[in-house]
Amino acid sequence: MATFKEFRNNVKPNWCPGCGDFSVQAAMQRAAANVGLEPENLAVISGIGCSGRISGYINSYGFHGIHGRSLPIAQGVKMANRDLTVIASGGDGDGFAIGMGHTIHAIRRNINITYIVMDNQIYGLTKGQTSPRSAAGFKTKSTPAGSIEQAISPMEMALTAGATFVAQSFSTDLKDLTALIEAGIKHEGFSLINVFSPCVTYNKVNTYDWFKENLTKLSDIEGYDPSNREAAMQTLMKHNGLVTGLIYQNTERKSYQELVNGYSKTPLSKADLKLDQAHFDKLVAEFM
Amino acid sequence: MINQLSWKVGGQQGEGIESTGEIFSIALNRLGYYLYGYRHFSSRIKGGHTNNKIRVSTKEVRSISDDLDILVAFDQETVDVNYKELHEKGVILADAKFDPKKPEDTQAALYAVPFTEMASELGTSLMKNMVAIGATSAILDLDIQVFEEVVQEIFGRKGQQVVDKNMEAIKAGYEYTKEKLAGAEPMHLEKADGQKRLFMIGNDAIAMGALAGGCRFMAAYPITPASEIMEYLIKKLPALGGTVIQTEDEIAAATMAIGANYGGVRAITASAGPGLSLKMEAIGLAGITETPIVIVDTQRGGPSTGLPTKQEQSDLMAMIYGTHGEIPKIVMAPSTVQEAFYDAAEAFNLAEEYQCPVIVLTDLQLSLGKQTVEPLNFDKVEIRRGKLKADDLPEIENKGYFKRYEVTEDGVSPRVIPGMKNGIHHVTGVEHDETGKPSESAANRIAQMDKRFRKISHLKFDTPIHKNAPHEEADLLIVGFNSTRGAIEEAMGRLEKDGLKVNHAHVRLIHPFPAEEMMQLVKSAKKVAVIENNATGQLANIMKMNVGGHEKIHKILKYDGNPFLPQEVHTKCKELF
Repeated sequence: MATFKEFRNNVKPNWCPGCGDFSVQAAMQRAAANVGLEPENLAVISGIGCSGRISGYINSYGFHGIHGRSLPIAQGVKMANRDLTVIASGGDGDGFAIGMGHTIHAIRRNINITYIVMDNQIYGLTKGQTSPRSAAGFKTKSTPAGSIEQAISPMEMALTAGATFVAQSFSTDLKDLTALIEAGIKHEGFSLINVFSPCVTYNKVNTYDWFKENLTKLSDIEGYDPSNREAAMQTLMKHNGLVTGLIYQNTERKSYQELVNGYSKTPLSKADLKLDQAHFDKLVAEFM
Repeated sequence: MINQLSWKVGGQQGEGIESTGEIFSIALNRLGYYLYGYRHFSSRIKGGHTNNKIRVSTKEVRSISDDLDILVAFDQETVDVNYKELHEKGVILADAKFDPKKPEDTQAALYAVPFTEMASELGTSLMKNMVAIGATSAILDLDIQVFEEVVQEIFGRKGQQVVDKNMEAIKAGYEYTKEKLAGAEPMHLEKADGQKRLFMIGNDAIAMGALAGGCRFMAAYPITPASEIMEYLIKKLPALGGTVIQTEDEIAAATMAIGANYGGVRAITASAGPGLSLKMEAIGLAGITETPIVIVDTQRGGPSTGLPTKQEQSDLMAMIYGTHGEIPKIVMAPSTVQEAFYDAAEAFNLAEEYQCPVIVLTDLQLSLGKQTVEPLNFDKVEIRRGKLKADDLPEIENKGYFKRYEVTEDGVSPRVIPGMKNGIHHVTGVEHDETGKPSESAANRIAQMDKRFRKISHLKFDTPIHKNAPHEEADLLIVGFNSTRGAIEEAMGRLEKDGLKVNHAHVRLIHPFPAEEMMQLVKSAKKVAVIENNATGQLANIMKMNVGGHEKIHKILKYDGNPFLPQEVHTKCKELF
């Protein structure tokens, strides 16, 4: 069985020293090993941005696509080969701005993949513009007078969109984050994991210290029940979304793959491409 | 005795105009006639004039006809909008309900038949369409029993009583009209050969071709005139283990299909102009990542929402050059329903062999016009997967990546799919080295760009141009693509009768353009007429770019939303002399 070291490759990430994404990468590698994957059975599909480079830093199949489209690509990969473990990944701009439409619909669709968002509340790779996760009043190069738009609440949004697995973590909590990614991979359906992953270069507000001060662990809330959607929503609203842990999981709803009429139990990628003549004749007869 | 007939039924959208045409055509197709249909419709569900024009012939026809023999009208608007197409011996069969008025400047006869009233008497006014079919049969002296089988198939599940009522309605229309005609000579349609042939639209053929070509997944967003492709595949793919996902938007459709192809399944997406505009970034991704993908563009009137239900051929340049930057791409343009089937299947082979986007270009008339199709030969469909490797790859040391983008002589690199041991590599839309790792090195950039374009420099493509070139030295070469084929063929016959030597070239491979072959044809013609449904002459411009011959190339353009009629091609070509 592969260890987490086998999910490392020989590429040196181009992230800034201190970037939260390093820990997310480590957690993904550990989680992949912990659930018993071999590198060739994992596909990491990422978007564009600093965090989007992650698919190149893990020794697995990796696809670095276009801005905001990691989810549709990842869903296509999973539909082609249901035996693969597919992780989509990217930043908050990728998932909650340009790709928001896909995020909501991937949640609704509930295809069995895991989506890890590295949320730093800023656009890093373009050198510091506001993100849909930036708080109102946040000053950036594109909002010199402070952002006047409301920040998106991705966890609440996910709950209203019908998510079956919603979790949030903080990049420094390597153990918790690894466990959540493992749970997400094992979840039979779409799992969304938002990870606060500080940008040390462009976000001087939402720093490691800021998160340490402001985050509440759900495990510290007595009697918190992640199967209770209503309580999950209330807790999120009460804490302004700043909680970590498994927020909500619905284990009853079946994944998309289980519900699709006729969908092959073996990977479609291995299907015989040739129709038999009798099958073809039947198709043709309908037009006579 | 006539050997061909042009029949049109018209009324308000939502009145069952389409099903009237459908029942009439299926029955005649089964008698062995060749049919060619054209639907005039609007982008709304209820209301607005719609009509269905059907040409019936004992010989193969690939174009709508210039004129009309019979017009079935459910309202005055249908008469007013269409009567000019009727020739002098033509007949208008109009519902007596709206008290039809015959326009003064027509020689055609008008018979008011109480379609609605007779249908109501039999139970429901919905059957007025059946009465109209009966009336048509009277004019044609057609045995109404030919409709029984079709009526049984369509209404059988509603019970025998419904079937009987519908047949009664046909009979009532027949008898009433027969009596009304009194001594008038019916239009005797020559007997057909009784052969069984298919009757289908281009979109059906594309979808069936995709199935035969091994496609097992589709991601698509509904749009006119492409939706029939996804609607067909969602019915048929489950039996093969596959499926269709209706995505949230066109971008998701394209990128999901890319993901599925990367994952190792043959996947397709289909749309029309507005959708293709949205897919452009994804097409570039498929280009640089060398991911096979088949994309159908069913052209309609553009730009923007344009004329969504009308004929146009104006996406040509966008399909060849669309996406920023430069990628290898194959654009094929079938011209008949039959060819749409073979081309759709072949597109998947080309996509995998050349590892690039393949666009199957159609136009609204080809996609939606229902035609009689000669039996499809399944043996002609091959499955070729190019350089796709089997899952027994040699081990790579030190976690090195598989050279997915290896620089090779023909430009095509070995391809692996996720799940294969020892095939791990990176894929990115960023310029990359042979293993897929991002690289900005100038030497690597040149090597990878050249490699990608080398792939299609040796493209093997069967019949890139349909040539009907009987003359070594021709007065005129007529060039077209997609659904204009039939109109050009008929016009060619008439021009020959006028004494001109005419060759015809119908382009089936739009890109990479078959320049050498076309150059010979251009060289051997005094004049070249390029027939296109667009306003700027895109194909003519592509010809000039690739072939030259600027001084002899003439653009014959139509961009009013309607397909070319043979007589229009004939007249415009004649004007060149």
